[in-house]
Amino acid sequence: MASALLEAREITKSFPGVLALDKVDFTLRAGEIHSLMGENGAGKSTLIKVLTGVYARDGGSIRLNNDVINPKTPLQAQGLGISTVYQEVNLVPTLSVAENIYLGREPKKLGNIQWRVIHEGATRALEKLDIRVDVTQLLSSYSIAIQQMVAIARAVEIEAKVLVLDEPTSSLDKDEVRQLFSVMRKLKENGMGILFVSHFLDQIYEISDRITVLRNGRLVGEHPASELTRLQLISKMIGKEESEIHASSEHTIRDVPIKSGNPILTVRGLTKKSSVDPVNLSIHSGEVVGLAGLLGSGRTETAELIFGVTKPDAGSIEIEGQPLKPGSPRRAIRMGVGFLSEDRKRAGIIPHLSIRENIVLALQANRGWLKKIPETKQQELADRYIKALKIATPDADKPIGQLSGGNQQKVLLARWLASQPKLLILDEPTRGVDVGAKAEIEGIVHDLCADGMGILFISSELEEVLRDSHRVIVMRDRKQVGELNGSEITSQQLLNTIAAGGHE
Amino acid sequence: MNRLLPIKSGPWIWALLSLVLILLFNLVFTHGFFSVEVRDGNLYGSVIDILNRAAPVMLVALGMTLIIATGGVDLSVGAIMAIIGSIAALLVTKQHASLPIILVICLASATVLGLWNGTLVSIFKVQPIVATLILMVSGRGIAQLLTDGQIIQFKDPSLSFVGNGFLFKIPFSITLVLLMLVATTLITRKTAMGLFIESVGDNPTASRYSGIDIRTVQLFVYAFCGFCSGIAGLVATANTSAADANNVGMNLELDAILAVVIGGTKLTGGRFQLIGSLFGALVIQSLTTTILTKGLAIEYTLVVKALTVLAVCLLQSPQFRSRFGFGRRTA
Repeated sequence: MASALLEAREITKSFPGVLALDKVDFTLRAGEIHSLMGENGAGKSTLIKVLTGVYARDGGSIRLNNDVINPKTPLQAQGLGISTVYQEVNLVPTLSVAENIYLGREPKKLGNIQWRVIHEGATRALEKLDIRVDVTQLLSSYSIAIQQMVAIARAVEIEAKVLVLDEPTSSLDKDEVRQLFSVMRKLKENGMGILFVSHFLDQIYEISDRITVLRNGRLVGEHPASELTRLQLISKMIGKEESEIHASSEHTIRDVPIKSGNPILTVRGLTKKSSVDPVNLSIHSGEVVGLAGLLGSGRTETAELIFGVTKPDAGSIEIEGQPLKPGSPRRAIRMGVGFLSEDRKRAGIIPHLSIRENIVLALQANRGWLKKIPETKQQELADRYIKALKIATPDADKPIGQLSGGNQQKVLLARWLASQPKLLILDEPTRGVDVGAKAEIEGIVHDLCADGMGILFISSELEEVLRDSHRVIVMRDRKQVGELNGSEITSQQLLNTIAAGGHE
Repeated sequence: MNRLLPIKSGPWIWALLSLVLILLFNLVFTHGFFSVEVRDGNLYGSVIDILNRAAPVMLVALGMTLIIATGGVDLSVGAIMAIIGSIAALLVTKQHASLPIILVICLASATVLGLWNGTLVSIFKVQPIVATLILMVSGRGIAQLLTDGQIIQFKDPSLSFVGNGFLFKIPFSITLVLLMLVATTLITRKTAMGLFIESVGDNPTASRYSGIDIRTVQLFVYAFCGFCSGIAGLVATANTSAADANNVGMNLELDAILAVVIGGTKLTGGRFQLIGSLFGALVIQSLTTTILTKGLAIEYTLVVKALTVLAVCLLQSPQFRSRFGFGRRTA
């Protein structure tokens, strides 16, 4: 057995009102990829933040190579050899790729930064990861996937012993994930210990040597990946019986019949230059239309055009036969459209406001500022959705910024449900959300369409699209390339349509 | 810290605490600081004086609080005060207008000036600091043009009452501040405007995605701050029965911003504390008064003011508090 590289014993951390970690042990060995699994609020992020010096722990000890360490800042942790790449890329978008890789440790000669050394070093560092880009360009000019690779390259260049990857794959497409995994394997062979967090089970099993499961801030167990079946893993994570999970995943949305034939949404020739080529689609009452495609295929761009976040160059949108003048979310909401954005932090939460205020926001905005929803009604709404969506919080007055990602997502879903839209656009509603909450959100989608709401469902997880759509519209390279109906909705058909004429 | 206090505290608690400390200092070291005497049936004394003198800053700070909560700032409040003072003086001396007409014209003008700021910020997307700098510079010029650069004195008992009259035995300006505090609280908390203001300040993009009309919110806060500055301008002008375009409201924008920050509203926007801003204004004024009654040269006030502001801001900083063990620990 490989020796323990990073050893955390009885780590305890509490926040006001919540015990986030309760005497959790975690051991990372040199040359292994170790996945940390758990539902939202299980304590994964908190444990990572304690290990990397973001949070001060309340109790317990951390040893690195048998030396007791007490990192107080991420920078100190980095100095000790623990580097982290977070879910949201934490680099400077307005600096060049090379500057980002060398930020804070620029090679200097007589006080002058040696740009040639930086550019060559950065190019080499990225080439090691099989990434070939112009390192003098701004980081923001590259896709999130490339930005992530840059973050990893930076961590590797710092000569980390421990690399923490917190959901690095959530915005990567298949090829990029494969690329990332080959890099991870290479680093592992060099003796690095990698702590990996992901919500994709396939990826966990593909890459992990060992899995540690947390639930409600407690350690459930540590297992070699080969000895833990998927069903065992999921039941450990959510604390439910295996049979329950199996039964629920058999169910598809197509068991719910479409009630009426009136189109809620009709989109004709919606176009935006260098963003989306003409899109035509309609959604009926009680129908879920899936929008499938790879990263960058134009799914989100289409949704944003319909909701009015961006202005189209051509095309028309109708809601129940009434024309919707595009270019304003406010007008879209007035006509009964809701949009759950994939970018929770930027376009979703109002971090310092309470759960209650976040829930009533869209409804209140629609009513106007003069007609305030009475406090008791607000409380009622908040309590109802906290219960219905199982939002984990002591009360509705907690700032939403203090909730875990999955619970934030549920609050945002509640915001749109409270505004009672006719059409709800869900853009990656399950991204960064744990297995249990995912199933809950899918269940909510089923209920909503049974109530007659029209839903446009965007997800990178093909299985979800397959399970939860009456029809699937497929996009590729910013074009609408196909549509699948009824029995055509199979993973084989979907992959064929996405790949048709392409180079995959 | 919280457990020591029976009431539900907020970020304004540090401003109140500073105020109490300054008053305690005076209780011990300044003889007769708290003595209040009755003259002509009205109350006089240092404490009353502090409240009276802080009135213009408190009035402006109410409007400034809302602007800062949206993530903006208004540098033109002092200039608006000067313009309104000049208009009032001209209406009295040239038109012999009655008080209601003066009030309507002055407050309407002040609101329009605020709307001008709001238009630049919300529709033309000019950065607030630049947008209001325009009126800050040009406004004082306009005020001087209106008065031909002269100090216009006037005799109008009804207008003077606004600045130095007494109601319920205390200066009318204090009543006015309380009325405006109540009015502002009602306007923001009994409607959804307060929620929208905090939402826009906390995350403008998410607010837009939720359907909040950011333009209306911005127009509202700048117009409201203009209105508050108009009242402050009337109080300041009426107090001296003279419109002094060069000096009325001079540097008052800085005191108002300071009052808001001391009061616990963050300059980055979000949650606002109306009562905190009033405490903030009182901290500034009671310091000034204390220094003057201690017989120190006026020059010291600026230094002591700066030190106090530094202290309050450090107390508000969670990093500072956890490092030096003040109050509760934060995550």
